[in-house]
Amino acid sequence: MNKGSKRLLTITQNGLLFIYAIFALFPLIWMVLLSIKSDTQMYTTTFNFTPTLSNYTEVLLKTDYFKYLLDSLIVAGGAVIISVIAGVPAAYALARYDFKKKEDIAFQILSFKFAPEILVVLPLFMIYQTLGLYDSYFGLIWVYQLISMPLLIWVVRGYFEDISVEIEHAAQVDGYSWYQIFFKMLLPLIKPGLVSAALLAFIFAWNTFTFPLLLAGSKIQPITVAITKFLGTDTAHYGQLAVAATVSALPAIIFALCIQKHLVRGLSFGAVKG
Amino acid sequence: MSTTSNSITPDLNKLPFKTRIRPYLIVAPALIITIGIMIPFIMAIFLSLTNYSFRRPTFSFIAFQNWSRILSSREFWHALWVTIQYAFFSTLVEMVLGVCIAMLLNSLNNWFSKFLRVALIFPLMIAPITATIVWQLMLNSSVGIVEKFLNIFGVFNFPWAAAPSTAMLTVVMIDMWVNTSFVMLLVLAGLQSLPKSPFESAKIDGGSAWFNFVNLTLPMLKPSLYIALLFRLMSALQEYAIIFGLTKGGPGDTLMNLSLTSYQTGFKFQRIGQSLPYILVLWIIVFFTAKFIVKKQRAAQRQAAGLES
Repeated sequence: MNKGSKRLLTITQNGLLFIYAIFALFPLIWMVLLSIKSDTQMYTTTFNFTPTLSNYTEVLLKTDYFKYLLDSLIVAGGAVIISVIAGVPAAYALARYDFKKKEDIAFQILSFKFAPEILVVLPLFMIYQTLGLYDSYFGLIWVYQLISMPLLIWVVRGYFEDISVEIEHAAQVDGYSWYQIFFKMLLPLIKPGLVSAALLAFIFAWNTFTFPLLLAGSKIQPITVAITKFLGTDTAHYGQLAVAATVSALPAIIFALCIQKHLVRGLSFGAVKG
Repeated sequence: MSTTSNSITPDLNKLPFKTRIRPYLIVAPALIITIGIMIPFIMAIFLSLTNYSFRRPTFSFIAFQNWSRILSSREFWHALWVTIQYAFFSTLVEMVLGVCIAMLLNSLNNWFSKFLRVALIFPLMIAPITATIVWQLMLNSSVGIVEKFLNIFGVFNFPWAAAPSTAMLTVVMIDMWVNTSFVMLLVLAGLQSLPKSPFESAKIDGGSAWFNFVNLTLPMLKPSLYIALLFRLMSALQEYAIIFGLTKGGPGDTLMNLSLTSYQTGFKFQRIGQSLPYILVLWIIVFFTAKFIVKKQRAAQRQAAGLES
């Protein structure tokens, strides 16, 4: 290939990427732009306007917005904590021990991720009504396990498998107990992987819509459900809707930036080691 | 993902009972927490055989009446068709586009591609319902930027989600905006972990770029591609949030897939017994599709391992 056509190829490649980048990123820029635009300028201009924070004060101070964020935090955070406590030992057992039905159990756990959400929600709605779990933090945290547990177990299992079993044997020979090995040696070794799996599980739980829509009512309203109300009640206040969307997206984006290196591995449940 | 070489207890039968059940005990809490949630699944099969409804205090066993009525109804076949269309088009577009973007990013190594590798994860991390709302604002005919953009090209009042003919296009586009990055990330990781030596020997043999792509890159990338396909197809078959957020299944019943139809029959019309066959059929489709793709993925993995050596 000569120099001229190679140059042309690079320009084309950059150009194609640029077009896709506009498609992928412009909606986000637009969302932020709307959030700092006043209602009066909403219809008249696109880019020429005087930025204002009035939408932010309106949404953050005069609505229950922080309560919705807190609900999301409690439910998603609670779900991840329970998944970590129950899931990390399970991941260890699935990585290290050989026992009958091991792969079956591992796939059983993975299959929860692929179960249609509505299939779970319909009967669960009735059970929750009778048990009094409908519209409760505990009920939502429990059902969120279907999102966070498979992810955590499968990803962390992969990180345990990466550690050579020889290290454990050596520590055993040195007289360390199983608990000491697990907490003092293995956990610190998988810590980066564990933290990123937990943060990704949190993002998924934070973003989920179907479960809280159908299993929570007026008392508990995670942000994904609450945001649809900004759409319904007052259609003229697009700026406020944009604020609600922007602020609710921030935690997920910030966490995603923190776990960039482990993201592919988490997203593919450990199948693709990025 | 075999761990036999890595395990602590190689021979099961010679060990004391206590050691043998330890792994089960360790796994148990996680399994119980999730299985508890799966009781509904068993219940769903049973309830689909009854006329259970929130409106009546009692219910009775009616065997396959729900099933036969639904399988012979127009709603069911329409919902099945919408489900398949949505899953097919969104997955196809995301796979093709995701692979293209990943190849472009992989071949360029300038600041722009480095920036995009980070920035393109943003759409994926936003809640799909939020993404749908933002797109709704963009496509809105009074404040929407897309309308103004199309006006430049002489297109006025493109209906998007409001017309039956363009509603599917609109949801697939939003799904594509959210999820193309997922395929892109997996493929990019796959591309960057490709071994160098097969390509070097191909270079000596003088193979064309296209020959290398078809005979080396693609086979070695296949395991990652199947994983991407598995995750995308599974969630596209069940998509709920994007369609619900955009039109709630409308206009009319244009976008009523199996998930939405089941939800509507169960919650809006309160006929639980009748709502369950829709979603059970969906589950059967999801289950067998997943099994098939996992099998393919394993075969591809073995083939790729053969190529690398």
